[in-house]
Amino acid sequence: MKFLQSVGANTLAKVSAAGRAALMLFGALAAVPKAKNIRLTIRQVYVVGVQSLLIIIVSGLFIGMVMALQGYTILVDYGAEGSLGPMVALSLLRELGPVVTALLFAGRAGSALTAEIGLMKATEQLSSLEMMAVDPLRRVVAPRFWAGMISMPMLALIFSAVGILGGHLVGVDWLGVDAGSYWSIMQSTVDWDKDVVNGIIKSLVFALVVTWIAIFKGYDSIPTSEGISKATTETVVFSSLAVLGLDFVLTALMFGIE
Amino acid sequence: MDNLVEIDNMTFRRVDRVIYDGISLHVPKGKITAVMGPSGIGKTTLLKLIGGQLTPDAGDICFAGDSVVSMSRSQLYKARRRMSMLFQSGALFTDMSVFDNVAFPLREHTRLSEDVIATIVALKLQAVGLRGAASLMPSELSGGMARRAALARAIALDPDLIMYDEPFAGQDPISMGVLVKLIRELNDALDLTSIVVTHDVKEVLTIADYIYILADKRIIGEGTADQIRNSESELVQQFLKGEADGPVPFHYPANPLESSLFGGEQ
Repeated sequence: MKFLQSVGANTLAKVSAAGRAALMLFGALAAVPKAKNIRLTIRQVYVVGVQSLLIIIVSGLFIGMVMALQGYTILVDYGAEGSLGPMVALSLLRELGPVVTALLFAGRAGSALTAEIGLMKATEQLSSLEMMAVDPLRRVVAPRFWAGMISMPMLALIFSAVGILGGHLVGVDWLGVDAGSYWSIMQSTVDWDKDVVNGIIKSLVFALVVTWIAIFKGYDSIPTSEGISKATTETVVFSSLAVLGLDFVLTALMFGIE
Repeated sequence: MDNLVEIDNMTFRRVDRVIYDGISLHVPKGKITAVMGPSGIGKTTLLKLIGGQLTPDAGDICFAGDSVVSMSRSQLYKARRRMSMLFQSGALFTDMSVFDNVAFPLREHTRLSEDVIATIVALKLQAVGLRGAASLMPSELSGGMARRAALARAIALDPDLIMYDEPFAGQDPISMGVLVKLIRELNDALDLTSIVVTHDVKEVLTIADYIYILADKRIIGEGTADQIRNSESELVQQFLKGEADGPVPFHYPANPLESSLFGGEQ
């Protein structure tokens, strides 16, 4: 009986949290953005996007380099090292770019968003905004949400581009794959709609999920040090799992049925 | 109409716990009304109810004659421009300087030029004695200064009503004196109406025009400072004198100690 009760209570809590999350997002996005909010959004793009550039570039470089190294040792056995370019490019554009960027974004920017909004709640800044007749959803939540949506696809593209250059560095410059075939086979294999656009769609979906989770967890956190630490952890865990799960679904939809 | 805020037979619950059970309270215009009571009684909740951040389960709360409870969202936001609240922590925006904090409500709600805003902010900061601290960040302020800066922000839009949430909590005697003086002077100079929620008996008795004492979900005493001092209610006297035991018991409700020690109860 107790078990059933706890299952029921948990389900109810989850459903009502989902409802609160939807209301929060709706409340934040229903308004027509004002010039002032656009300035706030640009500032947030700097915080969550530009300041994430370093980790994205370094990670992209190393992942590209590792893929070239691994790919080369496999492909060279079949004399197919010319296909190194498309292999690196396709894996990055279709999968690793959006997915790893989203995971890094959740750890770097998502956790910061949760902690920031949670602390604003704990220090009564959100309450005081409300009492000053300024809607915290529009003032605090909306700019951060849009900043996430704008930054993530760009970060994913930068990640892929740097990764391809990293693959070039290892494959062409160090292991001696022909530069012409690296680029030209990549050019003929990579399809704009199927690969690049699908990758961007993926990262838009991930941006929505990660930013939404991060902001909601902060907004809905229990305003104590323990509550905020729990919310920050949950942001990283939930958004990472959501990204990986959704990636499978999206991949199945985009590439599963040929 | 003489009352700016009228609370009528209001009941408020948090989950299963009753916080207020049918209380009625009036805040006359132009006066300082104090609400006292032991901590944990929900005094901050009362201010949030007046500000429309929480909704009562029964009864009505009126601000300037209009019911806060039945206001639409846009009406509520309009009404909030006429009230302001000084939070216990000050709640300054930590990413802005003192100047920008005070300028914030002006920039949000008016179309004044930056020159005019700078003048208004300077005057408000002068009123709380912090004009020289305009460029400091909130993290560089002491607790008392932060509260005064927040006070300058609270009066930036010249509200009709200002609500102080525990303004004296955790202040040293000097900043306590400064705040007491400020609350009185601002109320009279700006023709404000003030609600001070606090448990600092001595300070509040010196400045409040009318006092309500809350305990046990209801109002246990009300009156002017003299009436409160001479109240015959045991509960009021316990609160004023700060006695550890009395009608408000020292012990949280529990089984008798003997039974928990020897009765085998876990």
